[in-house]
Amino acid sequence: MEASRKKVGLLDILAWLIALVLFFPIFWMALTAFKTEQGAYSPDLFFVPTLDSFREVFARSDYKAHALNSIYISFGSTILCFLLAIPAAYRMAFFPTPKTRSTLVWMLSTKMMPSVGVLLPIYLLAKSAGLLDSIWGLILICALMNLPVAVWMSYTYFCEIPKAILEAARVDGAGLFHEMRDILAPMALPGISSTALLLIILSWNESFWSINLTSAKAAPLTVFIASYSSPEGLFWAKLSAASLLAVAPIMVMGWLTQKRLVSGLTFGAVK
Amino acid sequence: MAASTKPNRLQTLLQAPAVGVLFLWMIVPLAMTIYFSFIRYNLLNPDTKGFAKFENYKFLWEDPAFFPAIKNTLVLIGSVLVITVVFGTLLAVLFERKFFGRNIATLLVIAPFFIMPTVSALLWKNMMLHPVYGLLARAFAAVGLTPIDWFGHYPMVSIIALVSWEWLPFAFLILYTAMKSLDHEQREAAQIDGASSVQMFFHITIPHLKRAMGVVVMIETIFLLSIFAEIYTTTSGGPGTATTNLAYLVYSLGLQQFDVGLASAGGILAVILANIVSFFLVKMWAKSLKGGG
Repeated sequence: MEASRKKVGLLDILAWLIALVLFFPIFWMALTAFKTEQGAYSPDLFFVPTLDSFREVFARSDYKAHALNSIYISFGSTILCFLLAIPAAYRMAFFPTPKTRSTLVWMLSTKMMPSVGVLLPIYLLAKSAGLLDSIWGLILICALMNLPVAVWMSYTYFCEIPKAILEAARVDGAGLFHEMRDILAPMALPGISSTALLLIILSWNESFWSINLTSAKAAPLTVFIASYSSPEGLFWAKLSAASLLAVAPIMVMGWLTQKRLVSGLTFGAVK
Repeated sequence: MAASTKPNRLQTLLQAPAVGVLFLWMIVPLAMTIYFSFIRYNLLNPDTKGFAKFENYKFLWEDPAFFPAIKNTLVLIGSVLVITVVFGTLLAVLFERKFFGRNIATLLVIAPFFIMPTVSALLWKNMMLHPVYGLLARAFAAVGLTPIDWFGHYPMVSIIALVSWEWLPFAFLILYTAMKSLDHEQREAAQIDGASSVQMFFHITIPHLKRAMGVVVMIETIFLLSIFAEIYTTTSGGPGTATTNLAYLVYSLGLQQFDVGLASAGGILAVILANIVSFFLVKMWAKSLKGGG
């Protein structure tokens, strides 16, 4: 008994140690963000924190523009995605036909296309449509990319709503609009909001298309941060401050949706 | 009866836009890639045109970067899969036990997954692995070892480390979730029968996690086939072709050398690779839909 308790203690420490090691780079980045530009190169743990880097990042007006682009793209694509996904999921969940299941599987299978396989046509289509370096182009692409996830997750959450409630409302003479607003919306809201969080995370971090389809005007934060990779741009404190601002809100969102994330990311294959 | 046919048409209308745009999104670019891969098409030189038969595929085959790219793609995918699945499984087992502050430790483990790829890439390239100022170099110097220029001398190892760090949280999260449905009675029975923890791990835990592992392998494979931002921000495919994967090769053929035909042939290869994988994946989902209802 004594021995096994001791062993358990060691495993606990091991688990914590691994967690800290995996998180360490992020912690270090957060720390560096509060250092001076000279101090950023030293491995000191203790230093006088300063907000200079944040001030400088904000002073560069382009940071705000790129942050706004990221916000427009992630929220815009999520809204567009929902406009398409929710009616479809509603139909599939409440009025399923024999074809519904195969439609769902087909939707998932479209996610299996590697982005690089269609890079050239998408680039050329965007170019001829005037959507190169335009946030509309990225909004459209992110929405299409995430559509199967959105349909799938909303479908799952709609299926959890007991159909009897809807039928009772219909017997009472509630119209479709009524049914949607007063019964469906409140019940589906928790599921829909965690779906929205996942979609925002996915489009916020999307890097393949944003690097290839934007250059300056429409570049989101992913591309802006990548511009720090040039040797002359090695300002670690500023890079860290900009990065911290870019990842912190999304990390919190990810933590909030943690429980629902798995079924969303695996399309329900693991619950 | 008439009343019921009308809502049906409305219902179809609800689903049609989603199905329609997805269908276009799937079929149009793919058809274009296939078409481009069989014609001569260079953005810089409008005179190169016409049907090319298999010329693009032949040139791609003869491109000095082609075999390194295929090798790098497979090495990258294979290594990251092994690392994330093995360590993800061990971590899931470790975290399945209750311990002090487990929820917070879990948040720390999954955090890297939410970091945008370009941030992860620069974080590792500069603050962790920089040959002079990086923390690893400092640590090496502190114990009297010669610091290593990781991205210069071991570029592929560095990329693999970086990408594994990004994807380990994903594997962990999926496997950790799957662990929760493990039958505890079965384990207790095995324990009473005198099974060791190692035996239980291989005979109960691993078989239970098989399906979840399959899901992790297939989803990661699809994403890893298109790993691009990490390479673009750290090594630009180099030194030489040391870290050029299929995705980066297609980018450099198409958007740097503007040879659309050649790049499209590379794109088709990526699609074929992905299809081999997704064939199994979709089959599995279909099964889980039937089973899970």
